[in-house]
Amino acid sequence: METVAKEFEGKLPQKIINEAVAEAKKRSCSKDQLKKIIQYLKEQYDDARITAGEGIGIVTAESFGEPSTQMTLNVFHFAGVAEVSVTQGLPRLIEILDARKEIKTPSMEIYIKKEFNKDMNVVKKVAASIKETKFADIVTEFTINLSKLQIEATLHQNRIKDLKLTPDTIAKALGEGLKNVIVTSSPNKITLKAKDAENELMEIYKLKEKSKDIFIKGIKGISQVLPVKKDNEFFIVTAGSNLKEVLEIKEIDETKTSTNSLFEVLAVLGIEAARRTVINEAKKVIENQGLDVDIRHIMLIADIMTTSGTVKGITRSGITSGKSSVLARASFETPIVHIINASLVGEEDQLNSVIENVMLNQPVPLGTGLPGLVAKMIKGAEKGIPKGKAKK
Amino acid sequence: MMGHVHKEVSNITFSLISPDDVEKTSAAKVVTPELYDKEGYPVDGGLMDIRLGVIDPGLRCKTCGGRLKECIGHFGHIELARPVMHILYVTKVYDIIRAICRECARVLLNPEKIKKEKELLSKYRRAKQFGLLRKRAKLITNRLKLIKKCPHCSEKQYTIKIEKPSTFMENDKKISPIQAKARLENIPDKDLELLGMDPKFARPEWMILKVLSIPPVTMRPSITLETGERSEDDLTHKLGDIVRINQRLFENINAGAPEIIVEDLWELLQYHVTTYFDNTVLQIPPARHRSGQVLRTLSERIKSKEGRFRHNLAGKRVNFAARTVISPDPKILFNEVGIPKSVAMELTIPERVTSWNKEWLLSLIKNGIKIYPGANYVIFPDGKKKKITDETQESILEDLKEGYIVERHVIDGDVSIFNRQPSLHRMSIMCHRIRVLPGKSFRLNPSVCNPYNADFDGDEMNLHVPQTEEARAEAEILMQVETQIMTPKSGYNVIGCVEDSITGNYLLTKEMTLTKEEASELMVSVGLDTIKFKSATVKGTEIISALFPEDFMFFGSAKQIDEDGKETKLVIKKGKIISGIIDNNSIGENNGELLREFFRKYGKEKTLQLMVNLFRIGIKILLKRGFTTGVADTDIPEHIVKKVHASIDVAYKEVDELIAKFEAGKLEELPGKTLNETLETFTLELLNKVRNKVGAIVAEYPSEKNSTIIMAKAGAKGNILNFTQMSGCVGQQALGGKRIERGYSNRTLSLFQKKDLGPLAHGFIKNSFKRGLNPVEFFFHAMTGRDALMDTALRTPKSGYLYRRLANALQDLRVEYDQTVRNANNTIIQFKYGDDGLDVSKSEGGIISVKKAFNDILGK
Repeated sequence: METVAKEFEGKLPQKIINEAVAEAKKRSCSKDQLKKIIQYLKEQYDDARITAGEGIGIVTAESFGEPSTQMTLNVFHFAGVAEVSVTQGLPRLIEILDARKEIKTPSMEIYIKKEFNKDMNVVKKVAASIKETKFADIVTEFTINLSKLQIEATLHQNRIKDLKLTPDTIAKALGEGLKNVIVTSSPNKITLKAKDAENELMEIYKLKEKSKDIFIKGIKGISQVLPVKKDNEFFIVTAGSNLKEVLEIKEIDETKTSTNSLFEVLAVLGIEAARRTVINEAKKVIENQGLDVDIRHIMLIADIMTTSGTVKGITRSGITSGKSSVLARASFETPIVHIINASLVGEEDQLNSVIENVMLNQPVPLGTGLPGLVAKMIKGAEKGIPKGKAKK
Repeated sequence: MMGHVHKEVSNITFSLISPDDVEKTSAAKVVTPELYDKEGYPVDGGLMDIRLGVIDPGLRCKTCGGRLKECIGHFGHIELARPVMHILYVTKVYDIIRAICRECARVLLNPEKIKKEKELLSKYRRAKQFGLLRKRAKLITNRLKLIKKCPHCSEKQYTIKIEKPSTFMENDKKISPIQAKARLENIPDKDLELLGMDPKFARPEWMILKVLSIPPVTMRPSITLETGERSEDDLTHKLGDIVRINQRLFENINAGAPEIIVEDLWELLQYHVTTYFDNTVLQIPPARHRSGQVLRTLSERIKSKEGRFRHNLAGKRVNFAARTVISPDPKILFNEVGIPKSVAMELTIPERVTSWNKEWLLSLIKNGIKIYPGANYVIFPDGKKKKITDETQESILEDLKEGYIVERHVIDGDVSIFNRQPSLHRMSIMCHRIRVLPGKSFRLNPSVCNPYNADFDGDEMNLHVPQTEEARAEAEILMQVETQIMTPKSGYNVIGCVEDSITGNYLLTKEMTLTKEEASELMVSVGLDTIKFKSATVKGTEIISALFPEDFMFFGSAKQIDEDGKETKLVIKKGKIISGIIDNNSIGENNGELLREFFRKYGKEKTLQLMVNLFRIGIKILLKRGFTTGVADTDIPEHIVKKVHASIDVAYKEVDELIAKFEAGKLEELPGKTLNETLETFTLELLNKVRNKVGAIVAEYPSEKNSTIIMAKAGAKGNILNFTQMSGCVGQQALGGKRIERGYSNRTLSLFQKKDLGPLAHGFIKNSFKRGLNPVEFFFHAMTGRDALMDTALRTPKSGYLYRRLANALQDLRVEYDQTVRNANNTIIQFKYGDDGLDVSKSEGGIISVKKAFNDILGK
């Protein structure tokens, strides 16, 4: 069996060969039968191969463009459960393809290592430690003491206990976050007083608002956490994302944990991971909408977005700006800017891509326009033909 | 035929035009703002000077001697009295003027650095990496604007500020365009490289205009109104302004007028020249017509969707095209299109006369342009084209020899290209065979509606007739309907049987038995006259089986309920239907499993043939059996209605209980949700369940004879939910995944109590469409209806723009001969398309099924 498999190596995708061998063993086929079948598979594979010259880019664009007209505009949907809402449908697809740095609803799926992932308590503990706690979250009441010109914040005792915080640690965190402020703590109260003598009421009010936003505990950016059970395993869904810091938690399974923020993945895990994220996220949107787009199209888009080594969006400042042809860029958006810039450096348009040739009424270098004609000449006749006539 | 030279443009270089070149290429110097003299003849030295081209019939161009349409026009020029800034280059001038020394005009870069930068820049230029070149040059100029002392002559530098739109200020003193031009002129050629420029293509001082090029008259033609008055083009108006002010400026300077007057005029000239180039500059008011309408000047002609690039260059108008309303004709083939005679007599195909077709073509010429299979034009070998009229007919008939070309009317079987906008995917433009039919609309088989996304509520479609052999060959081989059965989007079939044909096949395979005679008649009537049946009675499945080749095997995956109420699956072995029913899941659009399997084994032609046969049989069967649907189908007996109401009442009660529980504070919060949200979730769930329950009750009742149900089960049209809503209950209306909440404070409509949480107050519709909605229900239904409408209206432009961007970014990608995917620069994007090199449309969704291969070879 293996010898037959070896024979076809490289002529067929290895996956198909392996599958065929496995199937043959299951059905207990003879060697000759297997050979016949693989031969048959190879014929099928060759028939189904993509034709050289195929304008595959436009096919991909069509495959995305056509279903996108059927997507919903409903922005929010809940990621299976409860409060963590995720942008979906067309807005999310646009977000991904634009390669936006700031996405509307960043979210993570944090998986826990196998040892703990059935233990709700561990998961809950991790979840609690991740969630970003701001000062406002643990305070029941802010009062401005006008006589002493200071802010008094009453602490939420239960929450503090849950989060394993003490007034002292809170005060310390506040001290780090706020400059020129004297923080004093008592068992159920934190007092804030500005160091500067000239304390106007306005300033104090501002300080109060500022203090609410001070980061106390957890991981920055993660505003909601939710332990979820799926397939007998607990994991945590979050609103907000901070891949770098989450990956440092020792209980989590870093091989499965993911975020929907493209640029975080790029910064932490690199370009290949970013490519994979584009694929996964785009696929999620399409499947969620109940549409059917082949994975190859998504892969091609992800590849063109990431070939340069950074993530480039499908926008005028992204991929289109990298085109070598002036006319191609000009025909997309802001034509005048492109022509002005080209004229100054004396830019040359090689007319290598599609749109310029359309403009000039010439065959485009795709499909049937790609091959040139090569003619075999009878000997002796060669002399009469000037060299270098054949183009491309 | 006259040999014409085929030229191909290999590259285009962009550069600035120098004042010398403007003068050299100028056909006329414009000196007067007058356009025509008293006789209406263009004035010499005016803007409509006939040296610049002609737009009046009868006149001849003084430059080339050509008549209207022969002469393409010639550029002229104006000499400006004082130099003015070119508005589109102001920012570039600004960058450069800050990067050079105000005294010695050298670039303010350290001599040590110059060499290094020059090397880098010339490397970019040699490699034709203009993007990088521009970026680097910009970086240099950006760095230099802060330098305070010239490294070459040690002159102190001042910061130059720009006063928008086009004035430079140095130490609060204006740098006039004359001074700016002088500074730029002094930059030595060797330093230009550092600014990213090449003196061969552009000198910086050319950005400040001393002579202005005047576009030819043909580019700005005037229109003669009905009154005989002439209405000039916007550009001519603007140029007139420029010439007038320029002349006044000249006069004033020559007369030695005070500087302040000259300055004012200069400023005005600057304004006119600026708006001539760009009439949308932010800081200045746009130039207008006397009527107040904004002028459309050069920039506006180029920009945007209606501009030169997108409207005229990237998209073109064509001849040999037709457009009219479409209507269905189930009797023509999938790859045919019916066209009216009137269209057939306008669209022509050039046919070269040979000894074989001469007789035929002569007969067409005899018919002329007025009798249908005729011809409209004859092209002589010298390239002249003659229309066939009563006068010319005789002589053409005599003259016609081999080698002439006759433009004959299209006839049945000619190749045409059929299209419906929006052309979202390649199946929106397909090749159909022409069939000339009576009537005034284009006819197409309803089965090809899906790829075009067409219906017959007034849709119009376009038809093109390819004119060359190459075009026809490409259309036939690459665009024929049968080549487009499988979509490259997912590998599913976009063409399949539709509507009645599915119902017909469903009924036939499910329950019908015909006599031998009936069956034979049926086969003959759809054009299959070779099939013979042996037994006296023929089952429906046998008739369909007769269409399959003998080695066809198929195992359906969709579950079905057969005649006896048992669960089966469609199984075909050796070309015979063993069990199951043919329905939408096997032969329909998008999910026709059977069609997909057939396509894999037997290819496109045979699949198309099968589809046509199934389609015709389906319709014929319905004609024979009789099939109708109407409102009566949704009638349900009183006791079922009662059952429906009872089940709704039960749900109401359950909701009431839930609310009571909530109000008593006994409801438990769902994780991550507030109490109110929890209640909402439960209520919505309950109410959604009601509709399903009602659906089950309603579906129970109707007999197998109910046409609506038959259609729903066959998958031809409608589903059980539609039936439920018509006869049972419409159900909960949802907005954004929630019950309806909007409206007044704490209530949806003023007729409800505040904080009413009951089903009726939040959009539950108890009635069915047939019984009719009460006003409140109607209002809620209208709300969700409007929401859906808004969603579509807002989505279309968004997805359209996304598509445009995608198409633009990806249009150059192609698969090379080595299977790599590359872009226009030959950069490799993928080493193998999709990692395995499979074409999605040629394999079932990009999968080569190993199991199926085993079945095929081992015959199981």
